[in-house]
Amino acid sequence: MSRLKIRTKSQAQELVDSMYAGMERRIAASPSGLCPIDITLSFLNLCHAQSCGKCTPCRIGLGQLSALLRQVLDGEADMAALDRIKATARNIADSADCAIGFNAATLVLNGLAGFEDDFREHILHHQCLASHRNSVPCITLCPAGVDVPGYISLIADGRPADAVKLIRKDNPLPTACAYICEHPCESRCRRSMVDDPINIRGLKKFAVEQAGRVPNPPCAESTGKKVAVIGGGPSGLSAAYYLQLMGHQAVIFEKRKQLGGMLRYGIPSYRFPREKLDAEIASILSTGIEAHTGIDIGKDVTIEQLTKDYDAVYIAIGAHTDRKAGLPGEDAGHVTSAVEMLRGIGDWQMPDFTGKKVVVIGGGNVAMDVNRSAVRLGAEKVTCVYRRRQADMTALPEEVEGALAEGVELLTMMAPVRIESDEEGNAVALWVKPQVSGAFDKGGRPSPVNSDLPEIRVPADLIVMAIGQGIESRHFEESGITVKRGNLLAGDDAHIGDEKVFAGGDCVTGPATAIRAIAAGKVAAANIDEFLGFRHEISTDVVLPAPKINSVVPRGRINLTEREASERKKDFDAIEHEMTCLQANLESSRCLHCDYFGFGNFRGGRETKW
Amino acid sequence: MVKLTIDGREALVPEGSTILEAAASLGIRIPTLCYLKDINEISACRICVVEVEGLERLVPSCTEKVAEGMVVSTNSHRAKTARETNLKLILSQHDGDCTTCVRNQNCQLQDLASECNIIDNPYPKDVKKNDWPENSYLIRKESKCIKCMRCVQVCDKIQTLKVWDVKGSGSRTTVGVRLNRLFTEADCALCGQCITHCPTGALSIRDDTAKVTAALEDPEITTVVQVAPAVRTAWAEYLGLTREEATVGRMAAALRALGFDYVFDTNFTADLTIMEEGSEFIERFTHRDQYNWPMFTSCCPGWVRFVKSQFPEYTTNLSTAKSPQAMFGAVAKSYFAEKIGVDPHKMRVISVMPCTAKKSECDIPNLKDACGDPDVDVVITTRELGRLLRAYHVNVPALQDEPFDSPLGSGTGAAVIFGATGGVMDAALRSAYYLVTGTNPPADAFTAVRGMKGWKEANFEVPGAGTVRVAVVSGLGNTRQLMESLKRGDAEYDFVEIMACPGGCSGGGGQPIHEGEELADTRGQILWNLDKNSVIRYSHENPDVIALYREYLEKPLGQKSHHLLHTDLTEWSVPMNPNLQEKA
Repeated sequence: MSRLKIRTKSQAQELVDSMYAGMERRIAASPSGLCPIDITLSFLNLCHAQSCGKCTPCRIGLGQLSALLRQVLDGEADMAALDRIKATARNIADSADCAIGFNAATLVLNGLAGFEDDFREHILHHQCLASHRNSVPCITLCPAGVDVPGYISLIADGRPADAVKLIRKDNPLPTACAYICEHPCESRCRRSMVDDPINIRGLKKFAVEQAGRVPNPPCAESTGKKVAVIGGGPSGLSAAYYLQLMGHQAVIFEKRKQLGGMLRYGIPSYRFPREKLDAEIASILSTGIEAHTGIDIGKDVTIEQLTKDYDAVYIAIGAHTDRKAGLPGEDAGHVTSAVEMLRGIGDWQMPDFTGKKVVVIGGGNVAMDVNRSAVRLGAEKVTCVYRRRQADMTALPEEVEGALAEGVELLTMMAPVRIESDEEGNAVALWVKPQVSGAFDKGGRPSPVNSDLPEIRVPADLIVMAIGQGIESRHFEESGITVKRGNLLAGDDAHIGDEKVFAGGDCVTGPATAIRAIAAGKVAAANIDEFLGFRHEISTDVVLPAPKINSVVPRGRINLTEREASERKKDFDAIEHEMTCLQANLESSRCLHCDYFGFGNFRGGRETKW
Repeated sequence: MVKLTIDGREALVPEGSTILEAAASLGIRIPTLCYLKDINEISACRICVVEVEGLERLVPSCTEKVAEGMVVSTNSHRAKTARETNLKLILSQHDGDCTTCVRNQNCQLQDLASECNIIDNPYPKDVKKNDWPENSYLIRKESKCIKCMRCVQVCDKIQTLKVWDVKGSGSRTTVGVRLNRLFTEADCALCGQCITHCPTGALSIRDDTAKVTAALEDPEITTVVQVAPAVRTAWAEYLGLTREEATVGRMAAALRALGFDYVFDTNFTADLTIMEEGSEFIERFTHRDQYNWPMFTSCCPGWVRFVKSQFPEYTTNLSTAKSPQAMFGAVAKSYFAEKIGVDPHKMRVISVMPCTAKKSECDIPNLKDACGDPDVDVVITTRELGRLLRAYHVNVPALQDEPFDSPLGSGTGAAVIFGATGGVMDAALRSAYYLVTGTNPPADAFTAVRGMKGWKEANFEVPGAGTVRVAVVSGLGNTRQLMESLKRGDAEYDFVEIMACPGGCSGGGGQPIHEGEELADTRGQILWNLDKNSVIRYSHENPDVIALYREYLEKPLGQKSHHLLHTDLTEWSVPMNPNLQEKA
């Protein structure tokens, strides 16, 4: 008999462990529209299987809870069952000995509170409120509803130009999205159930690169209507593009020197090369859109004038003002905001940071853009100060990794306290207070609280605040447009109170993604068209190839590679490599084509026109 | 053309064909269940799966397209096992009490189980309960539903009423009324197309044969039966008779054998409908500005329900003439009851219809014009007639042809074509022309309105009246398109015939069900032939109709006609289209 043994996993345990990983991906890829009670019951049964069986509430109680939920689902429960479920779950939450039991009960208690209507419908009418409507996860999750499986099949078929045409049916900025979209389409890709989500953005990038110049569809016969679009960012450009295709004359008024909005004045060129942006804008304008830059609405022209002169107005001014942190010393010299710094870079006015220590406050994508731009501008040291953990940063993980690789230092769990200035009133250091992770906030992120460690001085030649942007809403508010918490108030049809005025994009949602702004522009175009008394349809003549059965043998996702960090950080050129034809073929052949297989060929998510 | 190998044999089929079609070209049968060509190609049941060399998994032959050099096995161990296992899984959730099922011996699932040699099932039964509102004309049995989704697709794609929907998720996914309404709250036309496309007994129309039996067995009651035109095209399909053997005379004899006191023909009131509706059209046409246009036929109750629920603003465009079925009831319980000296309260008018919606028509509250009782008492479908004839063990093949009874048993060629799309328009034009000009047009002057096209249009010159612009539509999807065109002002007509079922009544929801076959055209041809071979081909020449006017009604659109033969379609309501409710 040996006194001790090295622990090894049994074969069964190893397999079960891999099953957990698989199930984790599977759960993440759950389709929308499932019955929440059925899902709760399934999780509850999993919890029950996890029970060690020692304690009564967990061993027996979870089983009884499961039986009660099953009765609800089978239409065999009465309203009294709800009280029984609640009492049983509460008992387990109160009296179970460990998390396996009490956490499972919490699941049910949260469900009772969160989807009471579903319980009622099952009990009283023996039917389910849920239904499996949106069967194609990528299309459903794309705010603009881009036909992802459609263009993937075109890429696989060697037709990149048709892929671009198909994308433009719902999104006139395929190149911008190929470079910078946060690709919500990938988050529930069903391929994750097999291995990993399809690299959708990577494939789109391949398509736009391969396609070359793709002509726009012809515009409908002129309606004689004129629509003013305030703001030449992604939302304004999208609305103008579709309005122009519908036969209306779109006229863009842009405050800055150039069009592009945050695509130019927020996103640095190494992420989205300027020549690509310029080409995309030129393509959009070639539909006949009129654009006036350097026009400040409220100063040069009033909204009242526009509503008088135009048949409809779309406000898409974005979110371009900086937010103050309220730090003592914030008004000092050598303190700037991300918006201001990136705006200059957008017009290619590059400051020289050679030899400077730059401190950037914030943990979002904009903060990363500032960090990485500062590196490229020659800074001796770039320090990113963030009051939570790296994992809590809202920036995409690949952005954070990119910044780290380029030499950016992360100073996490540090809350800015004050800015120290020299006698000339210029900042010389940021004082920070070390933090500890505390309780979860409403969004599920732990709130930082002061630790017992003393404040730290971070020397700085320049401090950049990257803590969010606001909306220049004053003129609009004065013109009678409702502003709520700084954002313009518009409905989900982009309509605001005034019947000929519409609004969308960041100025309505607050700072968000390009694709959401594009989607808002699309919605606005459709509803403006309708408001003007038309029903023009946007469609495409692209015919999709027949659905292909692809292999379901697990295989690696093809990720885009980047230029070496030490090289790329020297310039503002694009950092990402494109897929090769071989890679694009392999990656596109991983698509499971949910537009056809599964629920797709019954209730497919494809809208051929809108 | 694509060359492939199926079960070791070479097939050459056009590109774009499915494996199923390629196999059929070689005479190789691959069983299917959910598949319905062009309507339900969703590869859901996985019964038709086959093995294709080089593919990792089995593929459904109903949707998978052929490829050059493909090697297919339809009976490999994998394919056969999957087919049988999936069938057993479906059977485990199907109420297999076939002996008391309305679709016994006419069920695709039953046939498939037999065909695939399923004689036991290792999977325990897990049959869901039935939960359906009472007093519903249409009945859905959850216990028999196999979730093939055909009903959803037929209603969505062909009829565009979208009554059905997939409901729930996961293991409890099923079919139910869209928007979680009760069926009795749904804007269903009761066309019955979902029933005739259901592969099992999950969907059926209320059975009223017991009411017929009760009337037949009651010595106090005089039973009067009427048979709609389209019934004669299909009545014997379940009885094993060929179309040649299934004569109209034999049908009359069979009804008499069941014990009906008077065997009459709805053709009689089809002619009467033409007199009233034709006259009404001329009245409207010559006083254009007093009416809404176009005028619509109103003999199809599915269409009437449709227009009232989907385009209610057009209700007054419907002809006020009652349907032939309703006119028959009104005439039977007045004129005929008087003629034979029977108390109409002791008379039961029973209709045999190719239609499911006619059951709701006979319950319309204001169709009680003859004596205060409902003009028509019981409606049975062609399918129910077949069941009655079997239950009474009528030896139909041994029956000789017999005539209908007189006087409500006569009908012209113009009447019998009511059962085919375009027939009502054709018949109406024949008589309208006569009523305006005083001379008959050639009986085949209006062929442009015939045929299976879903939306037909034609212009006809009527000397003295001008050009009459007509349209004929069948199927509610086509109807919706027409209505939307009318609303937009893209189409303009004077007179429009609409039938809810594709192809008209011969393809009605009450007709016998044949898996995978659409028989409206075949049956319709029988009616056009009956017309062609009729001695009288004009409704206004029906001698018994002429006598009815002379002895009783006086004249079309007269006071008595108005009372007995016309109705106010705005006096009753149906559940509305939920989208319209939202807007209102």
